[in-house]
Amino acid sequence: MHSIPGRRLIMGLFLIFLLLPIYWLVNMSFKTNGEIISTMTLWPHAPTLQHYRRIFTDESWYSGYINSLEYVVINTLISISVALPAAYAFSRYRFLGDKHLFFWLLSNRMAPAAVYALPFFNLYSAIGLFDTPWAVALAHCIFNVPLAVWILEGFVSGVPREIDETAFLDGYSFPRFFVRILVPLIASGIGVAAFFCFMFSWVELLLARTLTSVNAKPIAAVMTRTVSAAGMDWGLLAAAGVLTIIPGALVIWFVRNYIARGFALGRV
Amino acid sequence: MDKTVNQKAWFLVLPVFLVVAFSAVLPLMTVVNYSMQDTFGNNQFFWNGVGWFKELLDPSTDLGGRFLASLGRNLFFSLVILAIEVPLGIVVALSMPRQGWTVAACLVTLALPLLIPWNVVGTIWQIFGRPDIGLLGYTLNAMGIDYNYVSDAVDAWVTVIVMDVWHWTSLVALLCYAGLKSIPEAYYQAAQIDGASRWAVFKAIQLPKMNRVLLIAVLLRFMDSFMIYTEPFVVTGGGPGNSTTFVSIELVKIALGQFDLGKAAALSLVYNLIILIVCWIFYTVMTNAGVERKAQTAKEPAAEPKPAGALQPAPALTPKEGVA
Repeated sequence: MHSIPGRRLIMGLFLIFLLLPIYWLVNMSFKTNGEIISTMTLWPHAPTLQHYRRIFTDESWYSGYINSLEYVVINTLISISVALPAAYAFSRYRFLGDKHLFFWLLSNRMAPAAVYALPFFNLYSAIGLFDTPWAVALAHCIFNVPLAVWILEGFVSGVPREIDETAFLDGYSFPRFFVRILVPLIASGIGVAAFFCFMFSWVELLLARTLTSVNAKPIAAVMTRTVSAAGMDWGLLAAAGVLTIIPGALVIWFVRNYIARGFALGRV
Repeated sequence: MDKTVNQKAWFLVLPVFLVVAFSAVLPLMTVVNYSMQDTFGNNQFFWNGVGWFKELLDPSTDLGGRFLASLGRNLFFSLVILAIEVPLGIVVALSMPRQGWTVAACLVTLALPLLIPWNVVGTIWQIFGRPDIGLLGYTLNAMGIDYNYVSDAVDAWVTVIVMDVWHWTSLVALLCYAGLKSIPEAYYQAAQIDGASRWAVFKAIQLPKMNRVLLIAVLLRFMDSFMIYTEPFVVTGGGPGNSTTFVSIELVKIALGQFDLGKAAALSLVYNLIILIVCWIFYTVMTNAGVERKAQTAKEPAAEPKPAGALQPAPALTPKEGVA
Protein backbone atom coordinates (compact mmCIF):
# COMPACT_ATOMS: atom_id res chain seq x y z
CA MET A 1 0.00 0.00 0.00
CA HIS A 2 2.84 2.36 0.80
CA SER A 3 4.60 2.13 -2.47
CA ILE A 4 3.92 2.45 -6.15
CA PRO A 5 4.15 -0.02 -9.02
CA GLY A 6 7.62 -0.38 -10.49
CA ARG A 7 9.16 1.01 -7.36
CA ARG A 8 12.20 -1.27 -7.49
CA LEU A 9 12.99 -0.06 -10.98
CA ILE A 10 12.55 3.62 -10.07
CA MET A 11 14.64 3.29 -6.94
CA GLY A 12 17.31 1.34 -8.80
CA LEU A 13 17.55 3.90 -11.58
CA PHE A 14 17.68 6.78 -9.15
CA LEU A 15 20.42 5.16 -7.08
CA ILE A 16 22.43 4.51 -10.25
CA PHE A 17 21.99 8.17 -11.18
CA LEU A 18 23.31 9.13 -7.74
CA LEU A 19 26.21 6.73 -7.70
CA LEU A 20 27.47 6.96 -11.26
CA PRO A 21 29.18 10.38 -10.97
CA ILE A 22 30.71 9.35 -7.63
CA TYR A 23 31.95 6.13 -9.18
CA TRP A 24 33.54 8.12 -11.97
CA LEU A 25 35.41 10.25 -9.46
CA VAL A 26 36.68 7.19 -7.59
CA ASN A 27 37.56 5.53 -10.87
CA MET A 28 39.61 8.52 -11.99
CA SER A 29 41.43 8.80 -8.70
CA PHE A 30 43.00 5.37 -9.32
CA LYS A 31 44.08 6.08 -12.88
CA THR A 32 47.31 7.58 -14.05
CA ASN A 33 46.99 10.94 -15.74
CA GLY A 34 48.16 9.37 -18.96
CA GLU A 35 45.29 6.90 -18.89
CA ILE A 36 42.76 9.61 -18.03
CA ILE A 37 43.68 11.81 -20.96
CA SER A 38 44.53 9.26 -23.64
CA THR A 39 41.78 6.66 -23.37
CA MET A 40 38.22 6.30 -22.15
CA THR A 41 38.20 3.35 -19.76
CA LEU A 42 35.32 2.32 -17.54
CA TRP A 43 37.64 1.06 -14.82
CA PRO A 44 41.33 1.71 -14.17
CA HIS A 45 43.35 -0.68 -16.33
CA ALA A 46 46.57 0.15 -14.56
CA PRO A 47 45.39 1.01 -11.03
CA THR A 48 47.73 3.29 -9.18
CA LEU A 49 47.85 4.85 -5.73
CA GLN A 50 50.22 7.60 -6.80
CA HIS A 51 47.66 10.39 -6.32
CA TYR A 52 46.78 9.27 -2.81
CA ARG A 53 50.43 8.85 -1.98
CA ARG A 54 51.12 12.38 -3.19
CA ILE A 55 48.34 13.80 -0.99
CA PHE A 56 49.51 11.96 2.11
CA THR A 57 53.15 12.94 1.65
CA ASP A 58 52.93 16.49 0.30
CA GLU A 59 52.44 18.87 3.21
CA SER A 60 50.59 21.52 1.22
CA TRP A 61 47.97 18.85 0.53
CA TYR A 62 47.50 17.04 3.79
CA SER A 63 47.74 20.22 5.82
CA GLY A 64 44.62 21.32 3.96
CA TYR A 65 42.72 18.44 5.52
CA ILE A 66 44.14 19.20 8.94
CA ASN A 67 43.20 22.88 8.65
CA SER A 68 39.68 21.99 7.57
CA LEU A 69 39.25 19.51 10.41
CA GLU A 70 40.59 22.05 12.87
CA TYR A 71 38.04 24.76 12.18
CA VAL A 72 35.23 22.26 11.73
CA VAL A 73 35.88 20.75 15.16
CA ILE A 74 36.21 24.14 16.86
CA ASN A 75 33.02 25.28 15.21
CA THR A 76 31.09 22.17 16.23
CA LEU A 77 32.21 22.51 19.84
CA ILE A 78 31.25 26.19 20.04
CA SER A 79 27.93 25.64 18.29
CA ILE A 80 26.80 22.76 20.47
CA SER A 81 27.90 24.25 23.77
CA VAL A 82 26.16 27.58 23.25
CA ALA A 83 23.13 26.02 21.61
CA LEU A 84 22.32 23.51 24.36
CA PRO A 85 21.15 25.95 27.06
CA ALA A 86 19.38 28.08 24.48
CA ALA A 87 17.52 25.08 23.10
CA TYR A 88 16.36 24.25 26.60
CA ALA A 89 15.20 27.83 27.17
CA PHE A 90 13.28 27.96 23.88
CA SER A 91 11.70 24.61 24.56
CA ARG A 92 10.60 25.20 28.15
CA TYR A 93 10.08 28.89 28.80
CA ARG A 94 8.41 31.96 27.41
CA PHE A 95 10.36 35.14 27.75
CA LEU A 96 10.54 38.63 26.35
CA GLY A 97 11.24 38.49 22.62
CA ASP A 98 11.56 34.72 22.42
CA LYS A 99 9.72 34.36 19.13
CA HIS A 100 11.58 37.23 17.51
CA LEU A 101 14.87 35.80 18.67
CA PHE A 102 14.00 32.39 17.29
CA PHE A 103 13.13 33.92 13.94
CA TRP A 104 16.25 36.04 13.93
CA LEU A 105 18.35 32.92 14.44
CA LEU A 106 16.62 31.21 11.55
CA SER A 107 17.16 34.21 9.29
CA ASN A 108 20.88 33.92 9.93
CA ARG A 109 20.86 30.26 8.97
CA MET A 110 19.30 31.29 5.66
CA ALA A 111 21.47 34.33 4.97
CA PRO A 112 23.60 33.96 1.83
CA ALA A 113 27.25 33.47 2.68
CA ALA A 114 28.20 35.75 -0.20
CA VAL A 115 26.69 38.71 1.68
CA TYR A 116 29.01 38.12 4.62
CA ALA A 117 32.20 37.31 2.74
CA LEU A 118 33.46 40.88 2.51
CA PRO A 119 32.47 42.18 5.97
CA PHE A 120 33.88 39.04 7.59
CA PHE A 121 37.12 39.63 5.74
CA ASN A 122 37.28 43.16 7.19
CA LEU A 123 36.16 42.13 10.66
CA TYR A 124 38.57 39.25 11.15
CA SER A 125 41.45 41.18 9.63
CA ALA A 126 40.75 44.00 12.07
CA ILE A 127 40.83 41.77 15.14
CA GLY A 128 43.86 39.82 13.93
CA LEU A 129 42.19 36.47 13.44
CA PHE A 130 42.50 36.43 9.67
CA ASP A 131 44.06 33.24 8.34
CA THR A 132 43.51 31.30 11.55
CA PRO A 133 41.09 28.40 12.06
CA TRP A 134 39.27 30.54 14.64
CA ALA A 135 38.16 33.03 12.01
CA VAL A 136 36.50 30.34 9.92
CA ALA A 137 35.10 28.56 12.98
CA LEU A 138 33.48 31.76 14.25
CA ALA A 139 32.25 32.71 10.79
CA HIS A 140 30.57 29.33 10.35
CA CYS A 141 28.76 29.89 13.64
CA ILE A 142 26.44 32.19 11.74
CA PHE A 143 24.63 29.25 10.20
CA ASN A 144 25.61 26.41 12.54
CA VAL A 145 24.53 27.92 15.85
CA PRO A 146 20.95 28.52 14.63
CA LEU A 147 20.92 25.05 13.10
CA ALA A 148 22.03 23.48 16.38
CA VAL A 149 19.48 25.48 18.37
CA TRP A 150 16.64 24.44 16.06
CA ILE A 151 17.58 20.75 16.02
CA LEU A 152 18.21 20.54 19.76
CA GLU A 153 15.00 22.41 20.57
CA GLY A 154 13.10 19.63 18.83
CA PHE A 155 14.88 16.96 20.85
CA VAL A 156 14.49 18.80 24.18
CA SER A 157 10.78 19.20 23.52
CA GLY A 158 10.60 15.43 23.18
CA VAL A 159 11.65 15.07 26.82
CA PRO A 160 8.59 15.22 29.10
CA ARG A 161 8.46 18.21 31.43
CA GLU A 162 7.70 15.91 34.34
CA ILE A 163 11.32 14.79 34.29
CA ASP A 164 12.53 18.35 34.94
CA GLU A 165 10.00 18.85 37.69
CA THR A 166 10.84 15.57 39.41
CA ALA A 167 14.54 16.34 39.25
CA PHE A 168 14.05 19.77 40.80
CA LEU A 169 11.83 18.25 43.52
CA ASP A 170 14.59 15.77 44.23
CA GLY A 171 16.84 18.72 44.95
CA TYR A 172 18.89 18.83 41.78
CA SER A 173 20.36 22.26 41.10
CA PHE A 174 19.88 23.54 37.55
CA PRO A 175 23.44 22.92 36.29
CA ARG A 176 23.49 19.47 37.87
CA PHE A 177 20.11 18.61 36.36
CA PHE A 178 21.32 19.82 33.00
CA VAL A 179 24.52 17.79 32.93
CA ARG A 180 23.41 14.67 34.77
CA ILE A 181 19.87 14.23 33.49
CA LEU A 182 19.02 16.32 30.43
CA VAL A 183 22.20 15.84 28.42
CA PRO A 184 22.17 12.02 28.70
CA LEU A 185 18.48 12.02 27.76
CA ILE A 186 19.05 13.92 24.54
CA ALA A 187 22.42 12.36 23.77
CA SER A 188 21.24 11.14 20.38
CA GLY A 189 19.98 14.65 19.60
CA ILE A 190 23.35 16.12 20.49
CA GLY A 191 24.99 13.58 18.24
CA VAL A 192 22.70 14.51 15.38
CA ALA A 193 23.22 18.25 15.91
CA ALA A 194 26.97 17.78 16.11
CA PHE A 195 26.95 15.74 12.93
CA PHE A 196 25.07 18.43 11.06
CA CYS A 197 27.28 21.22 12.37
CA PHE A 198 30.28 19.19 11.30
CA MET A 199 28.78 18.56 7.90
CA PHE A 200 27.69 22.10 7.08
CA SER A 201 31.02 23.50 8.18
CA TRP A 202 32.84 20.83 6.18
CA VAL A 203 30.94 21.46 2.94
CA GLU A 204 31.17 25.26 3.00
CA LEU A 205 33.77 26.80 0.72
CA LEU A 206 33.11 30.50 0.15
CA LEU A 207 33.69 31.80 3.70
CA ALA A 208 36.47 29.35 4.42
CA ARG A 209 38.30 30.43 1.30
CA THR A 210 37.77 34.14 1.88
CA LEU A 211 39.00 34.10 5.48
CA THR A 212 42.23 32.21 4.92
CA SER A 213 45.30 32.74 2.78
CA VAL A 214 48.23 30.52 3.67
CA ASN A 215 48.39 29.05 7.15
CA ALA A 216 44.81 27.94 7.61
CA LYS A 217 43.94 27.15 4.01
CA PRO A 218 41.13 24.57 3.90
CA ILE A 219 41.24 21.54 1.65
CA ALA A 220 38.48 23.00 -0.51
CA ALA A 221 40.71 25.94 -1.37
CA VAL A 222 43.75 23.74 -1.89
CA MET A 223 41.76 21.76 -4.41
CA THR A 224 41.17 24.78 -6.61
CA ARG A 225 44.93 25.00 -7.00
CA THR A 226 45.17 22.05 -9.37
CA VAL A 227 43.35 24.17 -11.93
CA SER A 228 46.23 26.53 -12.40
CA ALA A 229 48.97 23.90 -12.31
CA ALA A 230 50.72 23.09 -15.58
CA GLY A 231 47.91 21.32 -17.37
CA MET A 232 45.20 19.90 -15.16
CA ASP A 233 46.09 17.20 -12.68
CA TRP A 234 42.78 15.37 -12.91
CA GLY A 235 43.84 12.28 -11.04
CA LEU A 236 45.08 14.28 -8.09
CA LEU A 237 41.92 16.40 -8.04
CA ALA A 238 39.77 13.28 -8.09
CA ALA A 239 41.76 11.67 -5.28
CA ALA A 240 41.43 14.81 -3.14
CA GLY A 241 37.69 14.83 -3.82
CA VAL A 242 37.30 11.21 -2.80
CA LEU A 243 39.10 11.91 0.46
CA THR A 244 36.69 14.75 1.29
CA ILE A 245 33.69 12.47 0.82
CA ILE A 246 34.95 9.82 3.22
CA PRO A 247 34.25 11.51 6.60
CA GLY A 248 30.60 12.08 5.71
CA ALA A 249 30.19 8.63 4.23
CA LEU A 250 31.59 7.04 7.37
CA VAL A 251 29.27 8.67 9.91
CA ILE A 252 26.17 8.76 7.75
CA TRP A 253 25.27 5.30 9.04
CA PHE A 254 24.83 6.52 12.60
CA VAL A 255 22.46 9.34 11.72
CA ARG A 256 20.55 7.65 8.90
CA ASN A 257 17.25 7.79 10.77
CA TYR A 258 17.69 11.46 11.63
CA ILE A 259 18.94 12.72 8.27
CA ALA A 260 15.61 14.25 7.26
CA ARG A 261 15.20 15.86 10.65
CA GLY A 262 18.63 17.41 10.57
CA PHE A 263 18.25 18.90 7.12
CA ALA A 264 14.81 20.26 8.01
CA LEU A 265 16.20 22.01 11.11
CA GLY A 266 14.60 19.52 13.47
CA ARG A 267 11.15 20.20 12.09
CA VAL A 268 10.10 16.81 10.77
CA MET B 1 1.74 25.68 24.61
CA ASP B 2 2.08 25.23 28.32
CA LYS B 3 5.39 27.01 28.58
CA THR B 4 5.92 29.03 31.71
CA VAL B 5 6.96 32.65 31.55
CA ASN B 6 10.46 33.00 32.90
CA GLN B 7 12.56 36.03 32.03
CA LYS B 8 15.65 34.40 33.51
CA ALA B 9 15.67 32.12 30.49
CA TRP B 10 17.45 35.00 28.78
CA PHE B 11 20.59 33.98 30.63
CA LEU B 12 20.44 30.61 28.89
CA VAL B 13 20.01 32.25 25.52
CA LEU B 14 22.67 34.89 26.10
CA PRO B 15 25.66 32.87 24.77
CA VAL B 16 23.86 32.17 21.52
CA PHE B 17 22.82 35.77 21.26
CA LEU B 18 26.38 37.01 21.75
CA VAL B 19 27.96 34.58 19.31
CA VAL B 20 25.45 35.20 16.57
CA ALA B 21 25.39 38.94 17.17
CA PHE B 22 29.16 39.01 16.84
CA SER B 23 29.13 37.14 13.57
CA ALA B 24 25.93 38.57 12.10
CA VAL B 25 25.01 42.00 13.42
CA LEU B 26 28.49 43.46 13.44
CA PRO B 27 29.29 42.57 9.82
CA LEU B 28 25.83 43.58 8.69
CA MET B 29 26.36 47.03 10.17
CA THR B 30 29.53 47.36 8.11
CA VAL B 31 27.51 46.47 5.05
CA VAL B 32 24.91 49.13 5.84
CA ASN B 33 27.70 51.62 6.35
CA TYR B 34 29.37 50.83 3.02
CA SER B 35 26.10 50.87 1.13
CA MET B 36 25.70 54.56 1.83
CA GLN B 37 29.20 55.65 0.92
CA ASP B 38 31.54 55.92 -2.01
CA THR B 39 35.31 56.02 -2.07
CA PHE B 40 38.16 57.18 -4.26
CA GLY B 41 40.45 54.70 -2.57
CA ASN B 42 42.91 55.31 0.27
CA ASN B 43 40.13 54.74 2.78
CA GLN B 44 38.60 58.15 2.05
CA PHE B 45 34.89 57.75 2.06
CA PHE B 46 32.14 60.22 1.34
CA TRP B 47 28.40 60.11 1.75
CA ASN B 48 26.45 58.73 -1.16
CA GLY B 49 23.01 58.33 0.40
CA VAL B 50 20.74 55.98 -1.48
CA GLY B 51 22.69 56.42 -4.71
CA TRP B 52 23.82 52.83 -4.93
CA PHE B 53 20.33 51.54 -4.30
CA LYS B 54 18.92 53.71 -7.07
CA GLU B 55 21.55 52.43 -9.44
CA LEU B 56 20.95 48.86 -8.34
CA LEU B 57 17.26 48.93 -9.11
CA ASP B 58 17.62 50.78 -12.39
CA PRO B 59 18.12 48.28 -15.22
CA SER B 60 19.68 50.87 -17.53
CA THR B 61 22.86 51.20 -15.46
CA ASP B 62 25.62 48.64 -15.52
CA LEU B 63 25.12 47.57 -11.90
CA GLY B 64 21.34 47.42 -12.12
CA GLY B 65 21.45 45.52 -15.38
CA ARG B 66 23.80 42.92 -13.97
CA PHE B 67 21.84 42.57 -10.74
CA LEU B 68 18.44 42.22 -12.35
CA ALA B 69 19.76 39.84 -14.98
CA SER B 70 21.36 37.57 -12.37
CA LEU B 71 18.24 37.81 -10.23
CA GLY B 72 16.12 36.73 -13.16
CA ARG B 73 18.46 33.84 -13.93
CA ASN B 74 18.42 32.79 -10.31
CA LEU B 75 14.62 32.84 -10.02
CA PHE B 76 14.35 30.85 -13.23
CA PHE B 77 16.90 28.38 -11.91
CA SER B 78 15.03 28.01 -8.60
CA LEU B 79 11.72 27.42 -10.36
CA VAL B 80 13.16 24.83 -12.72
CA ILE B 81 14.88 22.82 -10.01
CA LEU B 82 11.77 22.95 -7.81
CA ALA B 83 9.63 21.73 -10.71
CA ILE B 84 11.95 18.76 -11.16
CA GLU B 85 13.05 17.95 -7.63
CA VAL B 86 9.69 18.03 -5.86
CA PRO B 87 7.81 15.52 -8.07
CA LEU B 88 10.91 13.38 -8.43
CA GLY B 89 11.50 13.45 -4.69
CA ILE B 90 7.91 12.33 -4.01
CA VAL B 91 8.21 9.48 -6.50
CA VAL B 92 11.50 8.35 -4.97
CA ALA B 93 10.04 8.52 -1.45
CA LEU B 94 7.09 6.39 -2.56
CA SER B 95 9.53 3.91 -4.12
CA MET B 96 11.39 3.33 -0.88
CA PRO B 97 11.48 -0.35 0.08
CA ARG B 98 9.15 -1.24 2.94
CA GLN B 99 11.41 -3.09 5.31
CA GLY B 100 14.60 -5.04 5.69
CA TRP B 101 18.20 -4.01 5.28
CA THR B 102 17.46 -2.35 1.93
CA VAL B 103 15.73 0.52 3.74
CA ALA B 104 18.91 1.49 5.54
CA ALA B 105 20.99 0.95 2.41
CA CYS B 106 18.69 3.22 0.38
CA LEU B 107 18.66 5.88 3.10
CA VAL B 108 22.44 5.96 3.28
CA THR B 109 22.89 6.08 -0.49
CA LEU B 110 20.27 8.80 -0.83
CA ALA B 111 21.97 10.88 1.82
CA LEU B 112 25.41 10.52 0.27
CA PRO B 113 25.24 13.46 -2.19
CA LEU B 114 23.95 15.74 0.58
CA LEU B 115 27.12 15.27 2.59
CA ILE B 116 29.65 15.89 -0.15
CA PRO B 117 31.43 19.24 0.11
CA TRP B 118 29.85 21.63 -2.35
CA ASN B 119 33.00 22.33 -4.29
CA VAL B 120 33.55 18.59 -4.66
CA VAL B 121 30.02 18.30 -6.04
CA GLY B 122 31.14 20.85 -8.58
CA THR B 123 34.34 18.93 -9.24
CA ILE B 124 32.47 15.65 -9.68
CA TRP B 125 30.22 17.12 -12.34
CA GLN B 126 33.01 19.09 -13.93
CA ILE B 127 34.86 15.84 -14.50
CA PHE B 128 31.75 13.76 -15.26
CA GLY B 129 30.51 16.17 -17.93
CA ARG B 130 33.72 16.83 -19.80
CA PRO B 131 33.61 15.60 -23.39
CA ASP B 132 37.18 14.35 -23.32
CA ILE B 133 37.49 12.58 -19.97
CA GLY B 134 33.98 12.46 -18.47
CA LEU B 135 31.62 9.54 -18.85
CA LEU B 136 28.57 11.72 -19.45
CA GLY B 137 30.13 14.12 -21.91
CA TYR B 138 31.92 11.36 -23.75
CA THR B 139 28.82 9.19 -24.05
CA LEU B 140 26.64 12.08 -25.23
CA ASN B 141 29.15 13.09 -27.85
CA ALA B 142 29.61 9.49 -28.95
CA MET B 143 25.85 9.31 -29.44
CA GLY B 144 26.12 12.24 -31.80
CA ILE B 145 24.82 14.93 -29.45
CA ASP B 146 27.08 17.93 -29.48
CA TYR B 147 27.51 18.58 -25.79
CA ASN B 148 30.06 20.92 -24.25
CA TYR B 149 29.18 22.82 -21.07
CA VAL B 150 32.19 25.10 -21.35
CA SER B 151 31.24 26.75 -24.61
CA ASP B 152 27.49 26.29 -24.98
CA ALA B 153 25.10 28.21 -22.72
CA VAL B 154 22.26 25.70 -22.98
CA ASP B 155 24.57 22.81 -22.15
CA ALA B 156 25.95 24.75 -19.20
CA TRP B 157 22.42 25.33 -17.90
CA VAL B 158 21.47 21.69 -18.34
CA THR B 159 24.61 20.63 -16.50
CA VAL B 160 23.99 23.00 -13.59
CA ILE B 161 20.37 21.90 -13.28
CA VAL B 162 21.14 18.19 -13.51
CA MET B 163 23.86 18.70 -10.94
CA ASP B 164 21.45 20.38 -8.56
CA VAL B 165 18.87 17.63 -9.09
CA TRP B 166 21.58 15.09 -8.35
CA HIS B 167 22.71 16.99 -5.28
CA TRP B 168 19.41 17.87 -3.61
CA THR B 169 16.55 15.62 -4.81
CA SER B 170 17.52 13.28 -1.99
CA LEU B 171 16.63 15.98 0.52
CA VAL B 172 13.07 16.22 -0.81
CA ALA B 173 12.87 12.43 -0.94
CA LEU B 174 14.10 11.99 2.63
CA LEU B 175 11.71 14.62 3.97
CA CYS B 176 8.77 13.03 2.13
CA TYR B 177 9.81 9.62 3.38
CA ALA B 178 9.79 10.94 6.95
CA GLY B 179 6.29 12.31 6.33
CA LEU B 180 5.09 9.04 4.84
CA LYS B 181 6.44 7.03 7.74
CA SER B 182 4.31 8.99 10.20
CA ILE B 183 1.09 7.76 8.54
CA PRO B 184 -0.49 5.13 10.78
CA GLU B 185 -1.06 1.71 9.27
CA ALA B 186 -4.77 1.97 10.13
CA TYR B 187 -5.25 4.59 7.41
CA TYR B 188 -4.08 2.16 4.76
CA GLN B 189 -6.22 -0.62 6.19
CA ALA B 190 -9.25 1.62 6.06
CA ALA B 191 -8.45 2.52 2.47
CA GLN B 192 -8.10 -1.14 1.57
CA ILE B 193 -11.50 -1.94 3.09
CA ASP B 194 -13.01 0.89 1.07
CA GLY B 195 -11.37 -0.50 -2.05
CA ALA B 196 -9.53 2.73 -2.77
CA SER B 197 -7.30 2.83 -5.84
CA ARG B 198 -3.57 3.53 -5.59
CA TRP B 199 -4.09 7.05 -6.88
CA ALA B 200 -6.91 7.70 -4.39
CA VAL B 201 -4.69 6.56 -1.53
CA PHE B 202 -1.99 8.94 -2.71
CA LYS B 203 -4.37 11.87 -3.12
CA ALA B 204 -6.50 11.38 -0.02
CA ILE B 205 -4.01 10.00 2.49
CA GLN B 206 -0.38 10.38 1.51
CA LEU B 207 -0.37 13.83 -0.06
CA PRO B 208 -2.28 15.57 2.77
CA LYS B 209 -0.03 13.90 5.32
CA MET B 210 3.05 15.02 3.43
CA ASN B 211 1.78 18.57 3.17
CA ARG B 212 3.91 19.93 5.93
CA VAL B 213 7.18 18.24 5.01
CA LEU B 214 6.64 19.18 1.38
CA LEU B 215 6.23 22.80 2.34
CA ILE B 216 9.44 22.65 4.35
CA ALA B 217 11.18 20.98 1.44
CA VAL B 218 10.00 23.58 -1.08
CA LEU B 219 11.01 26.52 1.08
CA LEU B 220 14.39 25.04 1.99
CA ARG B 221 15.14 24.22 -1.60
CA PHE B 222 14.01 27.64 -2.75
CA MET B 223 16.22 29.44 -0.27
CA ASP B 224 19.25 27.27 -0.79
CA SER B 225 19.00 27.43 -4.56
CA PHE B 226 18.54 31.17 -4.33
CA MET B 227 21.93 31.56 -2.70
CA ILE B 228 23.73 28.90 -4.71
CA TYR B 229 27.35 29.79 -5.29
CA THR B 230 29.95 27.07 -5.04
CA GLU B 231 28.68 24.38 -7.39
CA PRO B 232 28.07 26.48 -10.53
CA PHE B 233 31.17 28.51 -9.73
CA VAL B 234 33.32 25.38 -9.84
CA VAL B 235 31.65 23.87 -12.90
CA THR B 236 31.05 26.82 -15.20
CA GLY B 237 32.57 29.77 -13.36
CA GLY B 238 29.39 31.66 -14.21
CA GLY B 239 29.90 31.24 -17.92
CA PRO B 240 29.93 30.87 -20.82
CA GLY B 241 29.70 34.65 -20.84
CA ASN B 242 27.36 35.45 -17.99
CA SER B 243 24.82 32.76 -18.76
CA THR B 244 25.08 30.91 -15.43
CA THR B 245 26.04 33.85 -13.22
CA PHE B 246 23.66 33.75 -10.26
CA VAL B 247 23.19 36.48 -7.68
CA SER B 248 25.81 35.16 -5.25
CA ILE B 249 28.39 34.79 -8.00
CA GLU B 250 27.68 38.33 -9.21
CA LEU B 251 27.94 39.63 -5.66
CA VAL B 252 31.27 37.96 -4.98
CA LYS B 253 32.60 39.26 -8.29
CA ILE B 254 31.69 42.82 -7.33
CA ALA B 255 32.76 42.55 -3.69
CA LEU B 256 35.95 40.50 -3.77
CA GLY B 257 36.87 40.73 -7.44
CA GLN B 258 36.42 44.44 -8.11
CA PHE B 259 36.41 45.48 -4.46
CA ASP B 260 33.50 47.79 -5.23
CA LEU B 261 32.37 48.12 -1.65
CA GLY B 262 29.40 50.44 -2.05
CA LYS B 263 27.81 48.55 -4.91
CA ALA B 264 28.42 45.18 -3.28
CA ALA B 265 26.94 46.37 0.01
CA ALA B 266 23.79 47.74 -1.62
CA LEU B 267 23.36 44.48 -3.51
CA SER B 268 23.94 42.52 -0.30
CA LEU B 269 21.20 44.38 1.54
CA VAL B 270 18.59 43.95 -1.19
CA TYR B 271 19.58 40.31 -1.56
CA ASN B 272 19.34 39.78 2.18
CA LEU B 273 15.96 41.48 2.29
CA ILE B 274 14.55 39.08 -0.30
CA ILE B 275 15.85 36.11 1.69
CA LEU B 276 14.43 37.60 4.88
CA ILE B 277 10.94 37.84 3.40
CA VAL B 278 10.98 34.24 2.20
CA CYS B 279 12.43 33.21 5.53
CA TRP B 280 9.57 34.91 7.35
CA ILE B 281 7.05 32.96 5.27
CA PHE B 282 8.98 29.80 6.12
CA TYR B 283 8.94 30.60 9.83
CA THR B 284 5.23 31.39 9.88
CA VAL B 285 4.44 28.16 8.07
CA MET B 286 6.60 26.12 10.45
CA THR B 287 5.22 27.59 13.64
CA ASN B 288 1.61 27.46 12.46
CA ALA B 289 2.02 23.86 11.41
CA GLY B 290 3.60 23.16 14.79
CA VAL B 291 0.59 24.57 16.65
CA GLU B 292 -1.86 22.66 14.46
CA ARG B 293 0.06 19.49 14.98
CA LYS B 294 0.07 19.82 18.74
CA ALA B 295 -3.67 20.39 18.70
CA GLN B 296 -4.05 17.32 16.54
CA THR B 297 -1.97 15.00 18.69
CA ALA B 298 -3.88 16.21 21.73
CA LYS B 299 -7.18 15.32 20.10
CA GLU B 300 -6.21 12.14 18.34
CA PRO B 301 -6.27 9.49 21.08
CA ALA B 302 -9.91 10.30 21.79
CA ALA B 303 -10.97 10.31 18.14
CA GLU B 304 -9.19 7.05 17.32
CA PRO B 305 -11.21 4.58 15.24
CA LYS B 306 -12.01 1.86 17.72
CA PRO B 307 -11.90 -1.31 15.57
CA ALA B 308 -8.36 -0.65 14.42
CA GLY B 309 -7.37 0.30 17.93
CA ALA B 310 -8.59 -3.01 19.22
CA LEU B 311 -6.53 -4.98 16.74
CA GLN B 312 -3.29 -3.12 17.25
CA PRO B 313 -1.31 -1.86 20.19
CA ALA B 314 -2.38 1.74 20.69
CA PRO B 315 1.06 3.43 20.59
CA ALA B 316 1.50 2.43 16.96
CA LEU B 317 -1.39 4.68 16.04
CA THR B 318 -0.07 7.95 17.34
CA PRO B 319 2.57 9.73 15.28
CA LYS B 320 5.92 8.98 16.83
CA GLU B 321 7.69 12.28 16.56
CA GLY B 322 5.73 14.62 18.75
CA VAL B 323 8.12 17.44 18.10
CA ALA B 324 7.50 20.83 16.60
